[in-house]
Amino acid sequence: MLSRSASNLYWMGRYLERADFTARLIEATQRLAALPTSYGGAGNAWESALAATWMTRAHKERGLTLDEAEISDFLTLDPSNPSSIRSCLEAARSNARAVRTALTEEGWEAINTAWLEVSRYGTHLESREALGPLLDLVKHAVSAFEGAAHRTMLRGDAFWFTSLGSAIERADNSARLLDVKYHLLLPRGDTVGGSLDYFQWTTILRTVSAMTAYRWVYRDSVKPWLVADLLILNRQIPRSLASCYDEILRQLDQLASVTGKRGPAHRLAAAGHARLSQSNIDAIFAGGLHEFLTRFIVDNNRLGEAVADQYLF
Amino acid sequence: MPAATAFDEMYGIGSAYGRASDVDVSLAYRSIQAWIDQSPPAVMAARRRQAELFFRRIGITFAVYGDPDATERLIPFDIVPRILARSEWNILEQGLKQRVAALNAFLADVYGPRDILRAGILPEELVLHNPGYCLHMAGRKPPGGIWTHIAGIDLVRTGPDEFYVLEDNARTPSGVSYMLENREVMLKLVPELFNSLKVAPVETYPEALLETLASVSPRKARGGNAPVCVLLTPGSHNSAFYEHSFLADKLGIELVEGSDLFVRDDIVYMRTTEGPERVDVIYRRLDDAFIDPLVFNPASMLGVPGLMAAYGAGNVTLANAVGTGVADDKAIYSYMPEIIRFYTGEEPLLNNVPTWRCREPEALGYVLDHLAELVVKEVDGSGGYGMLIGPHAPAATLAAFAAKLKAQPDKFIAQPTLALSTCPTATDAGIAARHVDLRPFVLTGTNGVHIVPGGLTRVAMTPGSLVVNSSQGGGTKDTWVVDD
Repeated sequence: MLSRSASNLYWMGRYLERADFTARLIEATQRLAALPTSYGGAGNAWESALAATWMTRAHKERGLTLDEAEISDFLTLDPSNPSSIRSCLEAARSNARAVRTALTEEGWEAINTAWLEVSRYGTHLESREALGPLLDLVKHAVSAFEGAAHRTMLRGDAFWFTSLGSAIERADNSARLLDVKYHLLLPRGDTVGGSLDYFQWTTILRTVSAMTAYRWVYRDSVKPWLVADLLILNRQIPRSLASCYDEILRQLDQLASVTGKRGPAHRLAAAGHARLSQSNIDAIFAGGLHEFLTRFIVDNNRLGEAVADQYLF
Repeated sequence: MPAATAFDEMYGIGSAYGRASDVDVSLAYRSIQAWIDQSPPAVMAARRRQAELFFRRIGITFAVYGDPDATERLIPFDIVPRILARSEWNILEQGLKQRVAALNAFLADVYGPRDILRAGILPEELVLHNPGYCLHMAGRKPPGGIWTHIAGIDLVRTGPDEFYVLEDNARTPSGVSYMLENREVMLKLVPELFNSLKVAPVETYPEALLETLASVSPRKARGGNAPVCVLLTPGSHNSAFYEHSFLADKLGIELVEGSDLFVRDDIVYMRTTEGPERVDVIYRRLDDAFIDPLVFNPASMLGVPGLMAAYGAGNVTLANAVGTGVADDKAIYSYMPEIIRFYTGEEPLLNNVPTWRCREPEALGYVLDHLAELVVKEVDGSGGYGMLIGPHAPAATLAAFAAKLKAQPDKFIAQPTLALSTCPTATDAGIAARHVDLRPFVLTGTNGVHIVPGGLTRVAMTPGSLVVNSSQGGGTKDTWVVDD
């Protein structure tokens, strides 16, 4: 496969994943922000949504307020925000368009339709009511693409590079989401597991659609260390870091089975995978959750670079 | 030219629309007329919407240069097919084969022995000083001796048995993806029509193209592996990018950009995730000027440095060959009847439009005197850019064009305004006559000549307009060659 095509597919996978993540994040944040302040609602919910997408600085530089309408515009339709949903879908589509031949018709149609529909919203949300349908559309489009890819794409390097991109992006998103929430300062006197905390942590679960999964796995009330355990180490949750690394390793192995070559990307992925397999949540908390996540994000980025180097992007 | 005076392919005369009952319909069009009559306007409108939705969803778009709002636009598609009887097509096919054979012989000659110049058929300076003549190719012979592997010959019809060649596209003719996609859309929209008519299939084009490309591979003599063919595109910002990716997909070959290729020791490789892979045949959709910055435009970021050296060493085949632009030149076009006679010893089967070469003072004088009646074109123009349609031009435009002609007469030719035939076309106001042309695609390899029956019909969507180019708002129709 052409290296450029591999790069396009990889980034297409990443951008689609990011669009999906942002849509879910906004949904969960909206829910959190709707709570009375005493339950942890109000301004800081949107602030942390910005932080989870690493957009705090860009947002500040543009002189925007923390008003919900402005932030949701910024995160959804703002063309000047390179990580807005609109920008992500545009980037995904232009990557897809460049490798149109590597996608199946259904895969391409899913992305093209999503872009056409989102661009119909323009660059500014007409009303608060438009937000829900927009977010639904994005989630459906990404599911439609993944479904089409799963059902129609040749199991070959095009599929593997796309999946690899999604998995690396997903790992990054999950880690950032956890890291941001970890930073949220709790009001004095509020104990861990208190009402404010509860809504913060359930917001995380909702963002990754794992609220019900949590109940099934732990059959327990929502506790922050269990949320962390679920999203970092549980292999049953598709967005957990461990799951993402299972996936990353699987796609890299598939690629190696074709080329017969393994390289730095394989070594880094295997090391990351091993770290997750050999940890338990107590050890992670003892070493500092923030330190663990920061290191994970850095390592994950390094893996992305190694993939690019190894496959001559 | 008002539609009323033009030949209509269904009714014979365009003015019959709306009062068709007392007019004879040509045999080939009878089923179409019945189909139109049985379709209430609402059904036609629904079909048109469905067709548009289909095109938009599969992403068939076309970029228009110089129009910032329309980086990706849909080419209007008309759901009424254009019909050619098999007997009509057979005549055209013979004529096309003859013409393309002459074009290839001409190119081989002007870059080789130059017999035609010695024989005095064409003025030497018209060929050798032509901007389309590539000095770098003089004395070279591309693999298989074939220069224009893919030619698009633009035909117009002016009467029941009158076809003219409007221009030859021997460089990188586009539009074949529309020919293929139009058929797919029609098969979905009106399967019932295909049941009643025997329509010649066009879907064999990609396979024929791949065979043509493989036949000219410089490596095939070595045996063993199948030749590696790629399609070289200027990139996703090019107006025809959709077509490039579509064709690469149908052919099952890599769609490469210049930066995906590199040359080492006069051999072309593509960069793959598994390392370099040798390339044998490049179907390039990139103009000569951009193909190799070391030889041509040094500022080109689209080409491949060293490609011409690899080409010269005979290690890679470019399709079409470099330098075919000289055959596209519209002043040279005017000599096509002589060129055909010279190389084939036969009378041309397809007519040439009478052409005034403005480089000749007498012709220039005539053209300036009759500007308002003529169509004036740039000799190396394409896509309908930079042409003047005298009868439709306001006085100021005529005056400006006259000045351009006087300043650079060599750059222009003029032709009479032909009464292009019209075809029934679905418009917002019902079925109406619109002018059409036809671009069949002629493939030439060492395995022979292949023409898919039909080609791309382009239609001027504006009433009375003669400009069918997609870059100027023209649309397309599916073209059916039907057994009579």
